Amino acid sequence: MSNTWVILGATSSMARAFARQLSERGDSVILAGRDMDDLHATASDCALRGAPLAKAMNFDARKPETFTAILDMMADQSGTLNAAVFVGSMPEQSAIDADPSMIDGVIQDSFTGPATFLQSLAPMMEARDSGTVVGVGSVAGDRGRIGNYVYGAAKAGFHTYLSGLRNRLTRSGGHVVTVKPGFVDTSMTWGLEGMFLVATPDQIATAILKGVDKKKNVLYTPFFWRYIMRIIKSIPEPVFKKLSV
Amino acid sequence: MRWKTEDITGWGRALTAESDIARPERAAHLATIASEGPVIGNRRSYGDACLNSGGKVIDATRLDRLLSFDPDTGILHVEAGCAVGRIADVFAPRGWLPAVMPGTGFATVGGCIANDVHGKNHHGLGSFGQHVEEITLIQDGRSKVVKAGSALFKATVAGLGQTGAIISAKLKLIPCKGDVMMVTEQRMDGWDDFLAHLDSSQATYTVGWIDATAKGDKLGRGILEEGETGYGLMDKPNKSKSVPFNAPHFALSKPIVKAFNNAYFKRVPASGRTSVKPIQDFFFPLDKIHDWNKLYGKRGFHQFQCVVPIDQAPVLREMLEVIASSSLASPLAVLKRMGAGSAGYMSFPMEGYTLAVDFPNRAQAGLLIARLEEMTENAGGKIYLAKDALCSAKRVKAMYPDLKQWQREAAKADPTRALETDMTRRLKLRDET
Repeated sequence: MSNTWVILGATSSMARAFARQLSERGDSVILAGRDMDDLHATASDCALRGAPLAKAMNFDARKPETFTAILDMMADQSGTLNAAVFVGSMPEQSAIDADPSMIDGVIQDSFTGPATFLQSLAPMMEARDSGTVVGVGSVAGDRGRIGNYVYGAAKAGFHTYLSGLRNRLTRSGGHVVTVKPGFVDTSMTWGLEGMFLVATPDQIATAILKGVDKKKNVLYTPFFWRYIMRIIKSIPEPVFKKLSV
Repeated sequence: MRWKTEDITGWGRALTAESDIARPERAAHLATIASEGPVIGNRRSYGDACLNSGGKVIDATRLDRLLSFDPDTGILHVEAGCAVGRIADVFAPRGWLPAVMPGTGFATVGGCIANDVHGKNHHGLGSFGQHVEEITLIQDGRSKVVKAGSALFKATVAGLGQTGAIISAKLKLIPCKGDVMMVTEQRMDGWDDFLAHLDSSQATYTVGWIDATAKGDKLGRGILEEGETGYGLMDKPNKSKSVPFNAPHFALSKPIVKAFNNAYFKRVPASGRTSVKPIQDFFFPLDKIHDWNKLYGKRGFHQFQCVVPIDQAPVLREMLEVIASSSLASPLAVLKRMGAGSAGYMSFPMEGYTLAVDFPNRAQAGLLIARLEEMTENAGGKIYLAKDALCSAKRVKAMYPDLKQWQREAAKADPTRALETDMTRRLKLRDET
């Protein structure tokens, strides 16, 4: 059975690594994002690595009118339809403090934009009784912290959305994997202070693909982040509110 | 673009530079900062070719995509940050290989061009740059396509990144039978035997491992490996291992190296043997051990590599005598016959024999290498800048006759000398004379 994946936010290095690995397995990829030159380069790369179809398409989480063409493209593909969401934006918390209206953009990029897209894709997946959604969330969504709680709140909303979508798609043979990466060596984290146990995008992509095959529900990657977050979540709020972790 | 401050070393880890480093993930981002400092790749050159103390460097390894391939001509357009071994992984099962592959698959396409690297088939197919059709550079924020044959092309190939940021290239791949190798290994009992076999070998790929600790009538003994590509089915190569920490000082002490070399020599039966290996194992034997450079401890190591003309082979024999009596050599020593092929003004390859030997970074090693460099110069040979950390400006000038042409092109391409590296400053390569 042929597999087609739409990858939202395909210019990110994690998405690129994931698209490559899918291509090497022989899956088709629709690479959605804003930097079309970059997406075309990744599409060529995927095609040469074995993707039967690799197409770059314009997608902007803040412009729902860009969703239609991609959804139409998906509808035209035979076989199983899948989606992987790598979009999101994490401005400095201090920038948001200075301009609170930035919150809307963060929520659209990290939660409502992709959720709106998935909401339209879900019926197509149900009609075919199959398909997997990979939603990349964040350990930042597990508990609000002073350093990035707007981003964290958006991701927490997305986690809850994914959990509901999983509940829905299971009924028709579909599946949703919620991925919570720890520190990953990308342009977003380049040069940031306080990084440790940093994983490469390739390692994360490999872990996600394994999670897809094993139908994991919530995947912390690298795996030890499950335990780190278990500790962080278990700190009582009266104590937690005084910490800066 | 965010910059961070980092200590950067070449593969030998003997030299370190503190620099601001950026790692763009999109070509458009690289273009905006390309004139702020030299572009570097996977840092597989040994000395200071990829260092810029107190300045900026741009890591291009995230721009590593395959852009197009024409199966009629074998021409692959690829971003410069792509490792050459990854090209082999993708294309060998389809019957294509990079025409030239250096000893590590981690070297990037950009690095292979900027050092005009050679491989185990240099005697047949020449250097990496001879199989490049076109290079795209970023000069002064604008991209520029450089065709093979032009003066700028000859200055870019082996040009140490001084003519602009190499962002992509069109490589002519060669057909291969598949992704396995038929490898024949034979013991070479001494120097004369080794040279005779290197001269008469008909194989497409040849490389000699030499026991640089052997003396007397064993001087110059080693193992000759000859390889041909083939089609076959094999298990996937084992997962790579890594060296987790710096090895202690004694790890490469004289008795251990001697014992290792003896065992390595006897590993191949006296009758020789032919076996089938995954392609990566033949071309990139050390890539299976990540960070093997840590075996030399935190002080790092130097590799000396020279090439001397055919009729100067006795000089290499003398060098081996000097090396063996120094008790400094490590297990890594390679002897190869080179053809005449090269593609840049500053290319290393020339018709002759090339010898490469690693030495742990000690005071005596510096003196020994200086002596070997002098012997190389007197023999009309060259040392390889991709490996160098120690040579003098005067000596390199004497070894590279086309330096002036290169300087002229580099000056035109980078008039403010923003792309200089620790190496170009140490060897005064850009100081026109």
